[in-house]
Amino acid sequence: MGIQIIIEKCTGCTLCIKACPFNAIRILDKKAVIDLHKCTICGACASACKFKAVFIEKEPVKCQLPDITGYKGVWVFIEQKKGKVQSVSYELLGKAHELAKKLNCQVGAIFIGNNLGDQVDELIIYGADIVYLVEAPEIANFQDEPYTNILINLIQKYKPEILLCGASTIGRSLISRVAVKLKVGLTADCTGLDIDPEKKILLQTRPAFGGNIMATITSPNYRPQMATVRHKVMQPIAPDKHRKGKIIREQFPAKVYVSRAKLLDIVEEVESLVNLTEADIIVSGGRGMGGKENFKILEEFAQALGGAVGSSRAAVDSGWMPYSHQVGQTGRTVAPKIYFACGISGQIQHLVGMQSSKIIIAINKDPEAPIFKVATYGIVGDLFQIVPALTKKFKENLRK
Amino acid sequence: MNIIICIKQVPETTEVRINPETNTLIREGVKSIINPFDMYAIEEGVRLKEKLGGKVTVVTMGPPQAENALREAISLGADEAILVCDRAFAGSDTWATSYILSEVIRKIKDFDLIICGKQASDGDTAQVGPGISMHLDIPQVTYVKKIEDIKDKSMRVERMMEEGFEIIELPLPALLTVVKEINEPRLPSLKGMMRAKSAKINLWTQKELDLDPNNVGLNGSPTQVVKIFTPAQRTGGQMLSGEPHEIVEKLVALIKDEVN
Amino acid sequence: MNYYLSDEQKMVQDLARKIAQEKMIPVAAKYDITEEYPWDIIKIIADAGLFGLFIPEAYGGMGVGVLNLCLATEELSRACGGIAVCYAASALGTFPIVLFGNDEQNKKYLPDLAAGKKVAAFGITEPEAGSDASAIKTTARKEGNHYVLNGIKHFITNGGDAETYVVIAMTDKNRGARGASAFIVEKGTPGFTFGKKEEKLGIRASSTSELIFTDCKIPKENLLAKEGMGFIVTMKTFDMSRPGVAAQALGIAQGSLDVAVKYSRERVQFGKSISSFQGIQWMLADMATQVEASRALVYACAREIDNGEKDVAKDSAMAKMYASDVAMKVTTDAVQILGGYGYMKDYPAEKFMRDAKITQIYEGTNQIQRNIIALQLIKEAAKK
Repeated sequence: MGIQIIIEKCTGCTLCIKACPFNAIRILDKKAVIDLHKCTICGACASACKFKAVFIEKEPVKCQLPDITGYKGVWVFIEQKKGKVQSVSYELLGKAHELAKKLNCQVGAIFIGNNLGDQVDELIIYGADIVYLVEAPEIANFQDEPYTNILINLIQKYKPEILLCGASTIGRSLISRVAVKLKVGLTADCTGLDIDPEKKILLQTRPAFGGNIMATITSPNYRPQMATVRHKVMQPIAPDKHRKGKIIREQFPAKVYVSRAKLLDIVEEVESLVNLTEADIIVSGGRGMGGKENFKILEEFAQALGGAVGSSRAAVDSGWMPYSHQVGQTGRTVAPKIYFACGISGQIQHLVGMQSSKIIIAINKDPEAPIFKVATYGIVGDLFQIVPALTKKFKENLRK
Repeated sequence: MNIIICIKQVPETTEVRINPETNTLIREGVKSIINPFDMYAIEEGVRLKEKLGGKVTVVTMGPPQAENALREAISLGADEAILVCDRAFAGSDTWATSYILSEVIRKIKDFDLIICGKQASDGDTAQVGPGISMHLDIPQVTYVKKIEDIKDKSMRVERMMEEGFEIIELPLPALLTVVKEINEPRLPSLKGMMRAKSAKINLWTQKELDLDPNNVGLNGSPTQVVKIFTPAQRTGGQMLSGEPHEIVEKLVALIKDEVN
Repeated sequence: MNYYLSDEQKMVQDLARKIAQEKMIPVAAKYDITEEYPWDIIKIIADAGLFGLFIPEAYGGMGVGVLNLCLATEELSRACGGIAVCYAASALGTFPIVLFGNDEQNKKYLPDLAAGKKVAAFGITEPEAGSDASAIKTTARKEGNHYVLNGIKHFITNGGDAETYVVIAMTDKNRGARGASAFIVEKGTPGFTFGKKEEKLGIRASSTSELIFTDCKIPKENLLAKEGMGFIVTMKTFDMSRPGVAAQALGIAQGSLDVAVKYSRERVQFGKSISSFQGIQWMLADMATQVEASRALVYACAREIDNGEKDVAKDSAMAKMYASDVAMKVTTDAVQILGGYGYMKDYPAEKFMRDAKITQIYEGTNQIQRNIIALQLIKEAAKK
């Protein structure tokens, strides 16, 4: 097994060097040479090479690949908290609806919790054809182990070909376990999903290296093909009150619901009443805020817009804002409709957490600040003048 | 308490730059560092050891130069280090990586707790930690922001959620993935740095581990990368200038539809 | 310039640089304003193991000598001369014990000082005894198993925040300089209190206070060396610690040079970065050369001490005098290069300049250093 340059085909064009994320390729005597200590066989060079000079060899697989016939349907794991369906689940039903059309199959929604009845219809209105409903008091709230058990049981029984789930705290914790147990492929934090028109497999596109490169990933030999999907990227379908769907109630023996880890309490924090990852508008402040007390003007602005307050790492490290508000590589990744960056210089670590926002507005007194390189609208000026003026203006506008 | 910490060596992102002409990543001279999230895992493990006694073992899978990451972990207080390195493991996706690491941990045998960073800053998958706990069939809590209380065979932790946190009690052995809020990593100590310089790094290869070839490397990986490309970079847009009130007028006109 | 540091010395340098860059730079301006003692940074330096560099391994230190201490002090001073002096002044208070302590004293005091659990201070200066140290009035009267201390020390760095003090007092007024003795005094000893905390031009993160002794009774075991050796203890201590003050000055100079170079490349005037102007280039060239020359002197002197050279009075005076004069000049020039911004607190240049001044004054003014150098020169000539 390994990777090889086919010397006869290599022209020494250096395309592979540019593509390699690991700096593992050099040109020696006008031919590419791969440093096997650095190479992870990610395949970036092979897809970049125009001359098919990179050969990635797989040893003939000794064991039988799993039987993947009979898997059908696109499933969505419906994330609920305290019985309320999270918006990412509706977004995923929208995407699943689109994928199912291309595959000519149905959309299944996996709905686990307790007393969920009143929301089942909503799932159908938003695109589910079949709702698999699992209800019991022990599983009212998400817990890693029983939810893993239930999903595994359902998958083994109904054999879906695709399973999607939000790339949330719950989604990432749960689906990784399910994928390991079933030995199937899982792609994290996807921002693009499509069906390969010929092979009819799921093409999963996701950012890596903090969004600096994109990778398209498939899992052709295993079913279901599983992906967690970033918030706010997919669109829900227009709700259709006349849509019809089927409800399948499932129950499992008590041992399936047992969790070794016990959930003792769920604490909601006042300061994050507006969930950063769910917010359509985020007003973030950085070092330029100058102090804790100055975040008040951002809070007022965010309130006027119905948005949430975010923060750069600098402001968190200075103790001006709690960590739960931090946007960026070591904080949360957000993609609101509008992102205001106030007094944020725009270090790469911050940019990777917010650069997929639809509109970015940067307010900074330093015209050289890197944030302006990604901003849709840039304002060089004093945020302490501009932000309060904006707050006032929007309050007036919204009153009208 | 015997603690195992899984770490990864990653490129330092502050130094990742895009070549504006070719639109590709410039990686010449980019330093390799310990994944920032793993620093919190190391710190938490070392703190637990200092409080409760026991041993901290760091494990990484990677190329030979990942040894540097292990030495740094020792300078920060880890006791033992294992480098899992074999050409046969190259190309492993998260399934195969978590399988290999879980087999390494099985071979270490004696452990009470495994700690991982919440995710690696290069791949951002957050899948390997939960994958290891599933392979080992032990309980897990991800995104832990605080370890509240430790008893002999159990611990109570806080897991960070989108709108607050959960309090969870779990029996040991178990696996935790940790977030930045859990602690402030220390700097190395001089004694630690000297110890790290001469410490023995255990090298475990396929020969020592004897894993099923169908579960490691490319063959053990259900996912395949079919394409890697550089996304269209966001470019700077429109600069708004004028007196503050004029700027505000302009901006409100531009975005008011989005706001409503 | 390559000084061919050993791996161990490079490690010390890297570690101190890391602390300076990651932990000190973000808080330097804050402590400069508040004048609070920087306990959080002291703890970081302590945890890193830097307090014990020159303390023998047998007493919990690293036993790696004065050059290492200088490397650490230089790097810390590049970020903040005030915080660095808290560290360096503890070394000053610890040296007398390392040099003259008996095994019991070493065992009792050095491990905590090496671990940075406690900070030390050295007390000789009095209101009327500055450069003329022989004029000290604080007395130590022997009473059975105790000494009783009376008098006032002032301008004592780490005063009030240190736990362990080495204090020079007269045991026999009639014998002049030979009547002084050195004592270890612990914070909290009855009769030992602190007076006014000074407000300073620079090094404002460090504390400078009066030590007041009023019938302060200390066990006779706290006498360092022998009665009458107080000034020998002082002189030998200063010989060891002067390269540390020199390293502090060196770090301050380097820190301000770094700021000046960075600024000159960023600042655009007349359509060009000001670093492209020869006027600025020449200033930078002089600054860099002077900094490098003082570094060579400081390291050479520290190496002498580490190699057991006996008489280093002249060389350590040269290092201290030269490095501190350079620091004053370079920091002043750095402010000039930053122009109006250099004068404002938004940039660190003015702080470096304020921090630099004290290095020409304390641990022997530069005039006293010149006396030492000249006296030694003349002595050497006379011997020929």
